[in-house]
Amino acid sequence: MTALLEVEDLRVAYGKIEAVKGISFSVEAGQVVALIGTNGAGKTTTLRTLSGLLKPTGGTVTFDGQVLNGIPAHKVVSLGLAHSPEGRHIFPRLSIEENLQLGAFLRSDKAGIEKDIQKAYDLFPILGERRKQAAGTLSGGEQQMLAMGRALMSQPKLLMLDEPSMGLSPIMMQKIMETIAALKSEGMTILLIEQNAQAALSLADYGYVMEVGTVKLSGTGQDLLVDDEVRKTYLGED
Amino acid sequence: MNELPQQLVNGLSMGALYGLVAIGYTMVYGIVQLINFAHGEIFMIGGFGALTTYLALPGGTPLWVAIPLMIIGGAIASVAVATAAERFAYRPLRNAPKLAPLITAIGLSIALQQLVWGFYPNAKDKRSFPEFTGEAFKITESLQIQRADLFILVLAPLCMMALGVFVSKSRSGRAMQATAQDPDTAKLMGINTDRIIVMAFAIGAAFAAVAAVAYGLERGQIGFEMGFVLGLKAFTAAVLGGIGNIYGAMVGGVVLGLAESLSIAYIEDIPGMQQLGGGAWSNVWAFVLLILVLLVRPQGLLGERVADRA
Repeated sequence: MTALLEVEDLRVAYGKIEAVKGISFSVEAGQVVALIGTNGAGKTTTLRTLSGLLKPTGGTVTFDGQVLNGIPAHKVVSLGLAHSPEGRHIFPRLSIEENLQLGAFLRSDKAGIEKDIQKAYDLFPILGERRKQAAGTLSGGEQQMLAMGRALMSQPKLLMLDEPSMGLSPIMMQKIMETIAALKSEGMTILLIEQNAQAALSLADYGYVMEVGTVKLSGTGQDLLVDDEVRKTYLGED
Repeated sequence: MNELPQQLVNGLSMGALYGLVAIGYTMVYGIVQLINFAHGEIFMIGGFGALTTYLALPGGTPLWVAIPLMIIGGAIASVAVATAAERFAYRPLRNAPKLAPLITAIGLSIALQQLVWGFYPNAKDKRSFPEFTGEAFKITESLQIQRADLFILVLAPLCMMALGVFVSKSRSGRAMQATAQDPDTAKLMGINTDRIIVMAFAIGAAFAAVAAVAYGLERGQIGFEMGFVLGLKAFTAAVLGGIGNIYGAMVGGVVLGLAESLSIAYIEDIPGMQQLGGGAWSNVWAFVLLILVLLVRPQGLLGERVADRA
Protein backbone atom coordinates (compact mmCIF):
# COMPACT_ATOMS: atom_id res chain seq x y z
CA MET A 1 0.00 0.00 0.00
CA THR A 2 1.36 3.42 -0.87
CA ALA A 3 1.31 6.17 1.70
CA LEU A 4 -1.26 9.01 1.65
CA LEU A 5 1.56 11.53 1.52
CA GLU A 6 4.92 10.67 0.03
CA VAL A 7 7.69 13.28 0.05
CA GLU A 8 10.85 12.45 -1.86
CA ASP A 9 14.05 14.46 -1.85
CA LEU A 10 12.13 17.75 -1.38
CA ARG A 11 14.16 20.91 -1.80
CA VAL A 12 13.00 24.47 -1.15
CA ALA A 13 15.04 27.66 -1.42
CA TYR A 14 14.47 31.32 -0.58
CA GLY A 15 16.49 32.97 -3.30
CA LYS A 16 19.91 31.37 -3.07
CA ILE A 17 19.48 30.09 0.46
CA GLU A 18 18.30 26.51 0.59
CA ALA A 19 16.02 26.02 3.60
CA VAL A 20 15.03 22.42 2.90
CA LYS A 21 17.85 20.32 1.49
CA GLY A 22 16.37 17.13 0.12
CA ILE A 23 14.13 15.57 2.74
CA SER A 24 12.04 12.42 2.37
CA PHE A 25 9.24 11.22 4.58
CA SER A 26 5.81 9.70 4.33
CA VAL A 27 2.49 9.71 6.13
CA GLU A 28 0.19 6.67 6.02
CA ALA A 29 -3.56 7.09 6.18
CA GLY A 30 -4.73 7.14 9.80
CA GLN A 31 -1.29 7.96 11.19
CA VAL A 32 -0.15 10.90 13.26
CA VAL A 33 3.32 11.89 12.09
CA ALA A 34 5.38 14.47 13.96
CA LEU A 35 8.10 16.69 12.53
CA ILE A 36 10.28 18.03 15.30
CA GLY A 37 13.41 20.13 15.32
CA THR A 38 14.77 23.49 16.40
CA ASN A 39 13.85 26.85 14.93
CA GLY A 40 15.17 27.21 11.41
CA ALA A 41 15.24 23.47 10.79
CA GLY A 42 12.87 23.93 7.83
CA LYS A 43 9.70 22.44 9.30
CA THR A 44 7.39 25.36 8.51
CA THR A 45 8.97 25.76 5.08
CA THR A 46 8.20 22.10 4.41
CA LEU A 47 4.54 22.50 5.36
CA ARG A 48 4.13 25.70 3.34
CA THR A 49 5.56 23.88 0.34
CA LEU A 50 3.22 20.91 0.76
CA SER A 51 0.20 23.23 0.78
CA GLY A 52 1.42 25.10 -2.31
CA LEU A 53 2.29 28.46 -0.74
CA LEU A 54 5.94 27.93 -1.68
CA LYS A 55 7.30 26.30 -4.82
CA PRO A 56 9.80 23.49 -4.38
CA THR A 57 13.10 23.73 -6.22
CA GLY A 58 13.39 19.97 -6.44
CA GLY A 59 11.94 16.61 -5.45
CA THR A 60 8.42 15.30 -5.62
CA VAL A 61 5.39 15.43 -3.37
CA THR A 62 2.73 12.81 -4.01
CA PHE A 63 -0.57 13.13 -2.20
CA ASP A 64 -3.33 10.58 -2.57
CA GLY A 65 -1.78 9.34 -5.79
CA GLN A 66 -1.39 12.79 -7.33
CA VAL A 67 1.86 14.71 -7.80
CA LEU A 68 1.45 18.12 -6.15
CA ASN A 69 4.49 19.95 -7.54
CA GLY A 70 3.42 23.30 -8.97
CA ILE A 71 -0.27 23.06 -8.05
CA PRO A 72 -1.24 26.46 -6.55
CA ALA A 73 -2.32 26.62 -2.91
CA HIS A 74 -5.98 27.37 -3.61
CA LYS A 75 -6.26 24.12 -5.57
CA VAL A 76 -4.36 21.93 -3.12
CA VAL A 77 -7.13 22.32 -0.52
CA SER A 78 -9.65 20.76 -2.83
CA LEU A 79 -7.52 17.60 -3.03
CA GLY A 80 -7.98 17.07 0.70
CA LEU A 81 -4.93 18.68 2.25
CA ALA A 82 -5.74 21.21 4.98
CA HIS A 83 -3.13 23.43 6.60
CA SER A 84 -3.50 25.19 9.93
CA PRO A 85 -0.63 27.66 9.73
CA GLU A 86 1.93 28.66 12.33
CA GLY A 87 0.75 31.65 14.32
CA ARG A 88 -2.89 30.59 13.80
CA HIS A 89 -3.71 33.24 11.17
CA ILE A 90 -7.41 33.44 11.82
CA PHE A 91 -9.20 36.27 9.98
CA PRO A 92 -9.30 38.80 12.83
CA ARG A 93 -12.10 41.08 11.65
CA LEU A 94 -14.47 38.30 10.61
CA SER A 95 -16.67 36.51 13.12
CA ILE A 96 -15.88 33.04 14.40
CA GLU A 97 -18.70 31.61 12.34
CA GLU A 98 -17.49 33.41 9.20
CA ASN A 99 -14.00 32.02 9.79
CA LEU A 100 -15.42 28.51 9.94
CA GLN A 101 -17.51 29.10 6.82
CA LEU A 102 -14.37 30.20 4.98
CA GLY A 103 -12.79 26.88 5.94
CA ALA A 104 -15.55 25.30 3.86
CA PHE A 105 -15.10 27.79 1.00
CA LEU A 106 -14.89 25.13 -1.72
CA ARG A 107 -17.81 23.06 -0.44
CA SER A 108 -21.33 23.63 -1.67
CA ASP A 109 -23.30 21.25 0.55
CA LYS A 110 -25.01 23.79 2.79
CA ALA A 111 -26.51 21.25 5.16
CA GLY A 112 -23.21 19.43 5.54
CA ILE A 113 -21.39 22.71 6.25
CA GLU A 114 -23.93 23.59 8.95
CA LYS A 115 -23.46 20.16 10.47
CA ASP A 116 -19.68 20.50 10.49
CA ILE A 117 -19.86 23.98 12.04
CA GLN A 118 -21.96 22.42 14.79
CA LYS A 119 -19.34 19.68 15.13
CA ALA A 120 -16.63 22.32 15.58
CA TYR A 121 -18.75 23.95 18.30
CA ASP A 122 -19.14 20.58 19.99
CA LEU A 123 -15.40 20.06 19.85
CA PHE A 124 -14.71 23.60 21.13
CA PRO A 125 -17.79 24.86 23.02
CA ILE A 126 -16.23 28.29 23.63
CA LEU A 127 -16.35 28.95 19.87
CA GLY A 128 -20.07 28.24 19.80
CA GLU A 129 -20.72 30.62 22.66
CA ARG A 130 -18.94 33.42 20.82
CA ARG A 131 -19.89 32.58 17.24
CA LYS A 132 -20.84 36.17 16.31
CA GLN A 133 -17.75 37.73 17.90
CA ALA A 134 -14.82 39.02 15.82
CA ALA A 135 -12.15 36.32 15.82
CA GLY A 136 -9.44 38.86 16.68
CA THR A 137 -10.96 39.27 20.15
CA LEU A 138 -10.30 35.63 21.09
CA SER A 139 -7.40 34.58 23.32
CA GLY A 140 -4.43 32.78 21.77
CA GLY A 141 -5.71 29.36 22.75
CA GLU A 142 -9.19 30.08 21.46
CA GLN A 143 -7.72 31.33 18.19
CA GLN A 144 -5.80 28.07 17.92
CA MET A 145 -9.04 26.14 18.40
CA LEU A 146 -10.63 28.24 15.68
CA ALA A 147 -7.69 27.67 13.32
CA MET A 148 -7.98 23.91 13.83
CA GLY A 149 -11.75 23.95 13.50
CA ARG A 150 -11.46 26.00 10.32
CA ALA A 151 -8.94 23.57 8.82
CA LEU A 152 -11.28 20.67 9.57
CA MET A 153 -14.13 22.43 7.74
CA SER A 154 -12.67 21.41 4.37
CA GLN A 155 -13.15 17.72 5.30
CA PRO A 156 -9.45 16.99 4.77
CA LYS A 157 -7.86 13.62 4.18
CA LEU A 158 -4.73 15.01 5.80
CA LEU A 159 -4.64 17.73 8.45
CA MET A 160 -1.36 19.63 8.78
CA LEU A 161 -0.90 21.48 12.06
CA ASP A 162 1.99 23.92 12.40
CA GLU A 163 2.95 24.60 16.03
CA PRO A 164 -0.56 24.33 17.46
CA SER A 165 0.65 24.78 21.05
CA MET A 166 3.01 27.71 20.45
CA GLY A 167 2.64 30.49 22.98
CA LEU A 168 -0.19 28.85 24.89
CA SER A 169 -0.61 28.37 28.61
CA PRO A 170 0.11 24.84 29.89
CA ILE A 171 -3.61 24.20 30.42
CA MET A 172 -4.48 25.38 26.91
CA MET A 173 -1.58 23.39 25.48
CA GLN A 174 -2.93 20.27 27.15
CA LYS A 175 -6.41 20.96 25.79
CA ILE A 176 -5.04 21.28 22.25
CA MET A 177 -3.04 18.06 22.58
CA GLU A 178 -6.12 16.25 23.88
CA THR A 179 -8.03 17.47 20.86
CA ILE A 180 -5.36 16.16 18.52
CA ALA A 181 -5.51 12.81 20.32
CA ALA A 182 -9.30 12.80 19.94
CA LEU A 183 -9.02 13.53 16.20
CA LYS A 184 -6.49 10.71 15.92
CA SER A 185 -8.85 8.26 17.58
CA GLU A 186 -11.51 9.25 15.04
CA GLY A 187 -9.09 8.15 12.34
CA MET A 188 -7.91 11.57 11.13
CA THR A 189 -4.51 11.56 9.45
CA ILE A 190 -2.33 14.32 10.93
CA LEU A 191 1.05 15.80 10.11
CA LEU A 192 2.13 17.70 13.19
CA ILE A 193 4.90 20.23 13.73
CA GLU A 194 5.59 20.87 17.39
CA GLN A 195 8.21 22.53 19.50
CA ASN A 196 6.84 20.57 22.44
CA ALA A 197 8.64 17.42 21.35
CA GLN A 198 7.57 15.42 24.39
CA ALA A 199 3.88 15.95 23.72
CA ALA A 200 4.21 15.49 19.97
CA LEU A 201 6.18 12.25 20.14
CA SER A 202 3.89 10.78 22.78
CA LEU A 203 1.00 11.24 20.35
CA ALA A 204 2.77 10.34 17.14
CA ASP A 205 2.88 6.97 15.43
CA TYR A 206 6.02 8.06 13.69
CA GLY A 207 8.40 10.99 14.01
CA TYR A 208 11.07 12.74 12.00
CA VAL A 209 13.75 14.93 13.55
CA MET A 210 14.80 17.79 11.28
CA GLU A 211 18.02 19.75 11.54
CA VAL A 212 19.09 22.59 9.22
CA GLY A 213 17.02 21.43 6.29
CA THR A 214 17.62 17.71 6.53
CA VAL A 215 16.00 14.75 8.24
CA LYS A 216 18.50 13.65 10.81
CA LEU A 217 16.64 10.89 12.54
CA SER A 218 13.36 9.04 12.26
CA GLY A 219 11.51 6.34 14.09
CA THR A 220 8.32 5.53 15.92
CA GLY A 221 7.24 8.11 18.47
CA GLN A 222 8.16 5.76 21.30
CA ASP A 223 11.61 5.00 19.90
CA LEU A 224 12.42 8.68 19.52
CA LEU A 225 11.20 9.46 23.02
CA VAL A 226 13.79 7.13 24.46
CA ASP A 227 16.57 8.01 22.02
CA ASP A 228 19.54 9.52 23.82
CA GLU A 229 20.21 12.26 21.34
CA VAL A 230 16.58 13.31 21.12
CA ARG A 231 16.36 13.37 24.89
CA LYS A 232 19.39 15.62 25.14
CA THR A 233 18.62 18.02 22.33
CA TYR A 234 14.84 18.26 22.27
CA LEU A 235 13.59 17.12 25.62
CA GLY A 236 16.09 19.11 27.63
CA GLU A 237 17.43 16.16 29.62
CA ASP A 238 21.03 15.46 30.48
CA MET B 1 -27.12 83.02 5.85
CA ASN B 2 -29.84 81.27 3.91
CA GLU B 3 -27.33 79.96 1.45
CA LEU B 4 -26.25 77.25 3.90
CA PRO B 5 -28.68 74.55 2.63
CA GLN B 6 -27.51 75.24 -0.92
CA GLN B 7 -23.86 74.95 0.10
CA LEU B 8 -24.59 71.69 1.86
CA VAL B 9 -26.23 70.25 -1.24
CA ASN B 10 -23.32 71.36 -3.40
CA GLY B 11 -20.84 69.87 -0.96
CA LEU B 12 -22.74 66.60 -0.69
CA SER B 13 -22.94 66.08 -4.44
CA MET B 14 -19.27 66.90 -4.93
CA GLY B 15 -18.43 64.66 -1.98
CA ALA B 16 -20.50 61.77 -3.31
CA LEU B 17 -18.51 62.00 -6.54
CA TYR B 18 -15.20 61.96 -4.64
CA GLY B 19 -16.48 59.04 -2.58
CA LEU B 20 -17.39 56.92 -5.61
CA VAL B 21 -13.91 57.39 -7.07
CA ALA B 22 -12.29 56.89 -3.64
CA ILE B 23 -13.81 53.39 -3.45
CA GLY B 24 -11.42 52.33 -6.20
CA TYR B 25 -8.36 53.56 -4.31
CA THR B 26 -9.43 52.05 -1.04
CA MET B 27 -10.44 48.60 -2.34
CA VAL B 28 -7.22 48.09 -4.25
CA TYR B 29 -5.15 49.37 -1.33
CA GLY B 30 -7.05 47.19 1.11
CA ILE B 31 -6.21 44.05 -0.84
CA VAL B 32 -2.78 44.58 -2.42
CA GLN B 33 -1.49 47.64 -0.48
CA LEU B 34 -0.98 49.44 -3.76
CA ILE B 35 -1.91 53.08 -4.27
CA ASN B 36 -3.17 52.89 -7.82
CA PHE B 37 -2.28 56.38 -8.98
CA ALA B 38 -3.68 55.54 -12.41
CA HIS B 39 -7.18 55.31 -10.94
CA GLY B 40 -7.92 58.95 -11.83
CA GLU B 41 -7.28 57.97 -15.45
CA ILE B 42 -9.53 54.92 -15.08
CA PHE B 43 -12.21 57.46 -14.13
CA MET B 44 -11.34 59.51 -17.22
CA ILE B 45 -11.50 56.42 -19.48
CA GLY B 46 -14.96 55.75 -18.01
CA GLY B 47 -15.98 59.23 -19.13
CA PHE B 48 -14.71 58.70 -22.66
CA GLY B 49 -16.32 55.26 -22.81
CA ALA B 50 -19.63 56.86 -21.89
CA LEU B 51 -19.16 59.61 -24.46
CA THR B 52 -18.35 57.06 -27.16
CA THR B 53 -21.51 55.16 -26.27
CA TYR B 54 -23.58 58.34 -26.46
CA LEU B 55 -22.18 59.25 -29.87
CA ALA B 56 -23.01 55.76 -31.15
CA LEU B 57 -26.66 56.10 -30.17
CA PRO B 58 -29.12 57.35 -32.79
CA GLY B 59 -29.66 61.13 -32.60
CA GLY B 60 -32.58 62.18 -30.47
CA THR B 61 -32.32 59.29 -28.03
CA PRO B 62 -33.89 60.62 -24.83
CA LEU B 63 -31.41 61.13 -22.00
CA TRP B 64 -33.16 58.74 -19.63
CA VAL B 65 -32.53 55.96 -22.15
CA ALA B 66 -29.03 57.13 -22.98
CA ILE B 67 -27.70 57.49 -19.44
CA PRO B 68 -27.97 53.82 -18.37
CA LEU B 69 -26.34 52.80 -21.65
CA MET B 70 -23.60 55.40 -21.14
CA ILE B 71 -22.92 54.04 -17.65
CA ILE B 72 -22.65 50.53 -19.08
CA GLY B 73 -20.41 51.65 -21.94
CA GLY B 74 -18.23 53.70 -19.60
CA ALA B 75 -17.94 50.82 -17.16
CA ILE B 76 -16.96 48.38 -19.92
CA ALA B 77 -14.15 50.70 -20.98
CA SER B 78 -12.90 51.49 -17.46
CA VAL B 79 -13.11 47.88 -16.25
CA ALA B 80 -11.27 46.65 -19.35
CA VAL B 81 -8.43 49.11 -18.87
CA ALA B 82 -8.22 48.59 -15.09
CA THR B 83 -8.12 44.80 -15.30
CA ALA B 84 -5.59 44.91 -18.14
CA ALA B 85 -3.42 47.23 -16.01
CA GLU B 86 -3.67 44.78 -13.12
CA ARG B 87 -2.82 41.81 -15.29
CA PHE B 88 0.05 43.24 -17.30
CA ALA B 89 1.46 46.09 -15.20
CA TYR B 90 0.86 45.32 -11.53
CA ARG B 91 0.67 41.53 -11.25
CA PRO B 92 4.21 40.91 -12.52
CA LEU B 93 5.40 43.29 -9.77
CA ARG B 94 3.37 41.78 -6.95
CA ASN B 95 6.45 40.54 -5.09
CA ALA B 96 8.69 43.45 -6.06
CA PRO B 97 9.61 46.23 -3.60
CA LYS B 98 6.64 48.57 -3.03
CA LEU B 99 8.25 51.43 -4.91
CA ALA B 100 8.18 49.56 -8.24
CA PRO B 101 4.38 49.23 -8.60
CA LEU B 102 3.95 52.78 -7.30
CA ILE B 103 6.16 54.21 -10.01
CA THR B 104 4.46 51.95 -12.55
CA ALA B 105 1.11 53.42 -11.47
CA ILE B 106 2.34 56.98 -11.99
CA GLY B 107 3.77 56.03 -15.39
CA LEU B 108 0.52 54.36 -16.35
CA SER B 109 -1.39 57.47 -15.30
CA ILE B 110 0.64 59.64 -17.67
CA ALA B 111 0.52 57.07 -20.46
CA LEU B 112 -3.26 56.75 -20.33
CA GLN B 113 -3.71 60.53 -20.43
CA GLN B 114 -1.41 60.79 -23.42
CA LEU B 115 -3.07 57.89 -25.24
CA VAL B 116 -6.48 59.54 -24.98
CA TRP B 117 -5.03 62.94 -25.86
CA GLY B 118 -3.28 61.50 -28.89
CA PHE B 119 -5.73 58.96 -30.23
CA TYR B 120 -9.28 59.82 -29.16
CA PRO B 121 -10.81 62.03 -31.86
CA ASN B 122 -10.54 65.73 -30.99
CA ALA B 123 -9.58 65.01 -27.41
CA LYS B 124 -6.81 67.62 -27.42
CA ASP B 125 -9.52 70.06 -26.36
CA LYS B 126 -12.44 69.40 -24.07
CA ARG B 127 -15.13 67.24 -25.63
CA SER B 128 -18.71 68.24 -24.96
CA PHE B 129 -20.79 65.79 -23.01
CA PRO B 130 -24.59 65.55 -22.97
CA GLU B 131 -26.12 67.76 -20.32
CA PHE B 132 -29.35 67.48 -18.43
CA THR B 133 -31.85 69.81 -19.95
CA GLY B 134 -34.74 71.04 -17.90
CA GLU B 135 -34.90 73.18 -14.84
CA ALA B 136 -33.41 72.56 -11.45
CA PHE B 137 -35.74 71.45 -8.70
CA LYS B 138 -36.63 74.46 -6.60
CA ILE B 139 -37.06 73.33 -3.02
CA THR B 140 -37.21 76.76 -1.42
CA GLU B 141 -36.43 80.28 -2.56
CA SER B 142 -32.74 79.78 -1.76
CA LEU B 143 -32.32 76.06 -2.41
CA GLN B 144 -32.18 74.51 -5.86
CA ILE B 145 -31.07 71.03 -6.70
CA GLN B 146 -29.64 70.62 -10.18
CA ARG B 147 -30.65 67.47 -12.02
CA ALA B 148 -27.03 66.34 -12.26
CA ASP B 149 -26.61 66.77 -8.50
CA LEU B 150 -29.74 64.75 -7.88
CA PHE B 151 -28.36 62.05 -10.18
CA ILE B 152 -25.22 61.53 -8.10
CA LEU B 153 -27.02 62.03 -4.78
CA VAL B 154 -29.33 59.14 -5.64
CA LEU B 155 -26.82 56.89 -7.38
CA ALA B 156 -23.91 57.10 -4.93
CA PRO B 157 -25.84 55.77 -1.91
CA LEU B 158 -27.32 53.01 -4.10
CA CYS B 159 -23.85 51.96 -5.25
CA MET B 160 -22.57 52.03 -1.67
CA MET B 161 -25.44 49.91 -0.42
CA ALA B 162 -24.97 47.37 -3.19
CA LEU B 163 -21.24 47.18 -2.44
CA GLY B 164 -21.85 46.84 1.29
CA VAL B 165 -24.25 43.93 0.77
CA PHE B 166 -21.90 42.31 -1.74
CA VAL B 167 -18.87 42.50 0.55
CA SER B 168 -20.57 41.33 3.73
CA LYS B 169 -23.07 38.80 2.40
CA SER B 170 -21.87 37.20 -0.82
CA ARG B 171 -19.40 34.35 -1.11
CA SER B 172 -17.04 36.44 -3.24
CA GLY B 173 -17.35 39.37 -0.85
CA ARG B 174 -16.42 37.16 2.07
CA ALA B 175 -13.45 35.89 0.07
CA MET B 176 -12.50 39.50 -0.62
CA GLN B 177 -12.46 40.34 3.10
CA ALA B 178 -10.42 37.24 3.83
CA THR B 179 -7.91 38.14 1.11
CA ALA B 180 -7.60 41.69 2.47
CA GLN B 181 -6.96 40.45 6.00
CA ASP B 182 -4.54 37.61 5.24
CA PRO B 183 -3.83 36.68 1.62
CA ASP B 184 -1.75 33.55 2.24
CA THR B 185 -4.30 32.07 4.61
CA ALA B 186 -7.07 32.98 2.15
CA LYS B 187 -5.29 30.75 -0.38
CA LEU B 188 -5.23 27.94 2.18
CA MET B 189 -9.04 28.20 2.31
CA GLY B 190 -9.16 27.55 -1.44
CA ILE B 191 -9.67 31.18 -2.46
CA ASN B 192 -8.16 32.13 -5.81
CA THR B 193 -6.70 35.43 -4.61
CA ASP B 194 -5.67 36.50 -8.13
CA ARG B 195 -9.32 36.52 -9.11
CA ILE B 196 -10.25 38.47 -6.00
CA ILE B 197 -7.66 41.12 -6.84
CA VAL B 198 -9.02 41.46 -10.38
CA MET B 199 -12.49 41.80 -8.87
CA ALA B 200 -11.35 44.66 -6.61
CA PHE B 201 -9.89 46.53 -9.59
CA ALA B 202 -13.05 45.92 -11.62
CA ILE B 203 -15.47 47.14 -8.94
CA GLY B 204 -13.40 50.28 -8.37
CA ALA B 205 -13.33 50.94 -12.13
CA ALA B 206 -17.08 50.47 -12.51
CA PHE B 207 -17.75 52.93 -9.68
CA ALA B 208 -15.35 55.39 -11.29
CA ALA B 209 -17.33 55.12 -14.53
CA VAL B 210 -20.56 55.99 -12.72
CA ALA B 211 -18.77 58.98 -11.20
CA ALA B 212 -17.43 60.02 -14.61
CA VAL B 213 -20.91 60.04 -16.14
CA ALA B 214 -22.13 62.20 -13.24
CA TYR B 215 -19.13 64.50 -13.72
CA GLY B 216 -19.84 64.89 -17.45
CA LEU B 217 -23.55 65.46 -16.97
CA GLU B 218 -22.84 68.19 -14.44
CA ARG B 219 -20.18 70.05 -16.39
CA GLY B 220 -21.30 69.33 -19.93
CA GLN B 221 -17.75 68.50 -20.98
CA ILE B 222 -14.94 66.06 -20.31
CA GLY B 223 -11.24 66.08 -21.13
CA PHE B 224 -8.20 63.82 -21.03
CA GLU B 225 -6.88 65.58 -17.89
CA MET B 226 -10.15 65.34 -15.93
CA GLY B 227 -8.92 62.48 -13.77
CA PHE B 228 -5.75 64.06 -12.51
CA VAL B 229 -6.87 66.55 -9.85
CA LEU B 230 -10.07 64.65 -9.20
CA GLY B 231 -8.06 61.48 -8.67
CA LEU B 232 -5.86 63.27 -6.13
CA LYS B 233 -8.94 64.55 -4.33
CA ALA B 234 -10.52 61.12 -4.27
CA PHE B 235 -7.29 59.62 -2.97
CA THR B 236 -7.32 62.31 -0.27
CA ALA B 237 -10.90 61.31 0.55
CA ALA B 238 -9.85 57.66 0.85
CA VAL B 239 -7.02 58.57 3.25
CA LEU B 240 -9.26 60.95 5.19
CA GLY B 241 -11.86 58.24 5.69
CA GLY B 242 -9.32 55.54 6.50
CA ILE B 243 -7.77 53.81 3.50
CA GLY B 244 -8.84 50.19 3.16
CA ASN B 245 -12.33 50.87 4.50
CA ILE B 246 -15.08 51.18 1.87
CA TYR B 247 -17.44 53.17 4.09
CA GLY B 248 -14.51 55.37 5.07
CA ALA B 249 -14.03 56.25 1.39
CA MET B 250 -17.58 57.57 1.12
CA VAL B 251 -17.42 59.37 4.48
CA GLY B 252 -14.07 60.89 3.53
CA GLY B 253 -15.48 62.00 0.17
CA VAL B 254 -18.49 63.69 1.74
CA VAL B 255 -16.42 65.41 4.44
CA LEU B 256 -14.01 66.66 1.79
CA GLY B 257 -16.82 67.88 -0.47
CA LEU B 258 -18.52 69.71 2.38
CA ALA B 259 -15.24 71.25 3.53
CA GLU B 260 -14.67 72.61 0.04
CA SER B 261 -18.12 74.07 -0.47
CA LEU B 262 -18.30 75.56 3.02
CA SER B 263 -14.84 77.07 2.71
CA ILE B 264 -15.79 78.67 -0.59
CA ALA B 265 -18.87 80.21 1.00
CA TYR B 266 -17.81 81.16 4.48
CA ILE B 267 -14.06 81.55 4.96
CA GLU B 268 -14.11 85.04 3.47
CA ASP B 269 -16.68 86.13 6.07
CA ILE B 270 -14.19 85.49 8.87
CA PRO B 271 -12.59 88.82 9.81
CA GLY B 272 -9.05 89.07 8.53
CA MET B 273 -9.41 86.15 6.11
CA GLN B 274 -11.14 87.90 3.23
CA GLN B 275 -8.28 87.03 0.93
CA LEU B 276 -8.31 83.32 1.81
CA GLY B 277 -11.86 82.51 0.78
CA GLY B 278 -13.57 81.75 -2.51
CA GLY B 279 -13.01 78.99 -5.00
CA ALA B 280 -9.30 79.66 -5.48
CA TRP B 281 -8.53 78.57 -1.94
CA SER B 282 -10.90 75.63 -1.59
CA ASN B 283 -8.19 73.05 -2.36
CA VAL B 284 -5.98 74.57 0.30
CA TRP B 285 -8.71 74.24 2.90
CA ALA B 286 -9.42 70.68 1.81
CA PHE B 287 -5.81 69.72 2.45
CA VAL B 288 -5.65 71.69 5.71
CA LEU B 289 -8.57 69.55 6.83
CA LEU B 290 -6.73 66.40 5.76
CA ILE B 291 -3.65 67.40 7.76
CA LEU B 292 -5.71 68.26 10.84
CA VAL B 293 -7.60 64.96 10.74
CA LEU B 294 -4.41 62.94 10.24
CA LEU B 295 -2.74 64.72 13.17
CA VAL B 296 -5.49 63.50 15.47
CA ARG B 297 -6.37 60.21 13.75
CA PRO B 298 -3.46 59.01 11.60
CA GLN B 299 -5.53 55.99 10.56
CA GLY B 300 -8.28 58.21 9.12
CA LEU B 301 -11.84 58.72 10.29
CA LEU B 302 -12.99 55.09 10.04
CA GLY B 303 -9.62 53.39 9.62
CA GLU B 304 -8.28 50.68 11.83
CA ARG B 305 -5.01 51.09 13.60
CA VAL B 306 -2.07 49.84 11.63
CA ALA B 307 -1.23 47.34 14.35
CA ASP B 308 -4.44 45.49 13.51
CA ARG B 309 -3.46 45.11 9.92
CA ALA B 310 0.07 43.89 10.44
